[in-house]
Amino acid sequence: MGSETIHALRDVSLEIERGEYVAIMGPSGSGKSTLMNILGCLDTASSGEFVLNGTNVSDMDDNELAEIRNKEIGFVFQSFNLLPRSNALHNVELPLIYASIPSDERREQALRALTNVGLAERITHKPNEMSGGQRQRVAIARALVNNPSIVLADEPTGNLDSKTGDEILALFEDLSRKGNTIIVVTHEEEVAQHARRIIRIRDGLIASDEVRGKAPSPDHSSSVSA
Amino acid sequence: MRILTEIREAMGISLSALRANKLRSGLATLGIVIGIVTVTLMATAIQGLNKAFLKSISVLGTDVIYVQRFGWFIDSHAEWMKAAQRRPITPAQVKQLEKELSLARAVAPLSDSRASVKYKNRSASSVTVLGTTEQFAITTGTIVAEGRYFSAAEAAAGRPVCVIGWDVATNLFINETALGKQLKVGDASLEVVGVLEKQGALFGQSLDNQVVVPLMEFMSSFRSFPDVEIHIKAVSVEKLEEMKEEVRGALRRIRRVPPGVDDDFTINQQETLIETFNRVGGTIASVGIGITALSLFVGGIGIMNIMFVSVAERTREIGIRKAIGAKRRTILIQFLTEAAVICLFGGLLALSIAYPLTLVVRKFLPASMSLSIVGIALLVSLVTGVLSGFFPAWRAARMNPVDALRNE
Repeated sequence: MGSETIHALRDVSLEIERGEYVAIMGPSGSGKSTLMNILGCLDTASSGEFVLNGTNVSDMDDNELAEIRNKEIGFVFQSFNLLPRSNALHNVELPLIYASIPSDERREQALRALTNVGLAERITHKPNEMSGGQRQRVAIARALVNNPSIVLADEPTGNLDSKTGDEILALFEDLSRKGNTIIVVTHEEEVAQHARRIIRIRDGLIASDEVRGKAPSPDHSSSVSA
Repeated sequence: MRILTEIREAMGISLSALRANKLRSGLATLGIVIGIVTVTLMATAIQGLNKAFLKSISVLGTDVIYVQRFGWFIDSHAEWMKAAQRRPITPAQVKQLEKELSLARAVAPLSDSRASVKYKNRSASSVTVLGTTEQFAITTGTIVAEGRYFSAAEAAAGRPVCVIGWDVATNLFINETALGKQLKVGDASLEVVGVLEKQGALFGQSLDNQVVVPLMEFMSSFRSFPDVEIHIKAVSVEKLEEMKEEVRGALRRIRRVPPGVDDDFTINQQETLIETFNRVGGTIASVGIGITALSLFVGGIGIMNIMFVSVAERTREIGIRKAIGAKRRTILIQFLTEAAVICLFGGLLALSIAYPLTLVVRKFLPASMSLSIVGIALLVSLVTGVLSGFFPAWRAARMNPVDALRNE
């Protein structure tokens, strides 16, 4: 229990423990996107397996994967990917709607998530009424609202100026301290430096896997191997 | 995620999507609007025709049978020839029949002719003259507006009296009562004892332009050997079928039809007319439904088209939804709901257009837009929406989230 192994790409095998803060780095075409899609259960590997929280998701169908994504994965995208016509609150509520949470409970959880990212006053704003940083905070609130096993961020600062980017990265560190498992996919060295562990991918292979600082306690873990 | 919650969520999405694309959705729904207007008008017209027909034949009565030499619906020349060779039904046979029936409330012989009618210097030509008995008042259920019907005694004695229809009375007697006046009918001079209430028309034939006289009088002045028809009213509607058999048996005996030979008379009733009308009406309705289905089909293609556009435009949104946990079913329901909402709007718009049109139809037919028609129209638009939205929605539901998210 508690370890997810991914064999992805070519002979790639890695394990990520619960509570880790991992950066996956690599140039474009290195296979890091494929790895991210597999980690995020958006796609399954043609061969090999991905065990998430002790569950092998490699052979799951579309609907089962949707359920896993809903419960276990919180996505943070480079371009935020909020629904443009919905306000912040509704955007954050969406994963809960798909999880069949009753509406008053849903609202309460979404409000809490938005408060945690410092947007309690912005809940009725639509994405186009907010700054990039605020939008990314909404996206992070949405990613966290279901208490997922993994927060999976794909170039989360790519569309932000450096000051706002730093704020978002600070938020991730805060989340990591609170015990969330965070995987950041990036090609920016500065972003990767915030993580405790950096995995470098090149040509579909793991080029290096470096743990910096103190390793987290392996009491609970989410890990991937592909 | 339960279906109801999903549909409610989908409704919200649909409404906001439609608000964002008012013009486009409006144009897409035009085909549906036309289709539903057609459905509504067609249904209203058919209902109106039915009502008009039933109303016009209601004067025949559901508890009355009509025994005649000729059937009301003769399909071939041979059949007509056969009926024409039958012996006439005589007043004596009717009298005999009346004695033998136990389930009849009234039995009236009826023969008709046409004559011109004169009072002083005013006259009316080709007025229907009916020779019958006082029982005719019961079988037709006519009400006397002024005076009285002729009595059984007058009928039996063949007194020169008559009861006149509303039109005859109003045309010939101006500013004076017809009662007690001597009316010249053909060559006979008859005393008017009653004026009948206005009855309207049956198959374009006015029932008010007539003079009713005792059959005996009719035979001496108009037709000496009439071929009568027999109107028989049953004691109750429930006894009608039983009475038909009684009449059949009695009349065969009276007319000495040997066993094994077909009846030499036909028993007609209102139901015969209704059956025939329903056959014809069914054909009209199915042609109408065919035309309507065609226009709805065209409208449905328009909706399908716009839904494909909508799905393509919102590929990224579909990707986002799938990434955070929307299942295929959820996406399917979202787009089906959107198509259904567009079509329902079309249906409502169509009803608001069709309503004033039914008021126009009303000038010709006793038609109105009933609640059932409104229900059918809305149901049909809903079904059209779901059917035409299915293919685009299915495409959306099956999208791969990775590809959908990559879409700009």
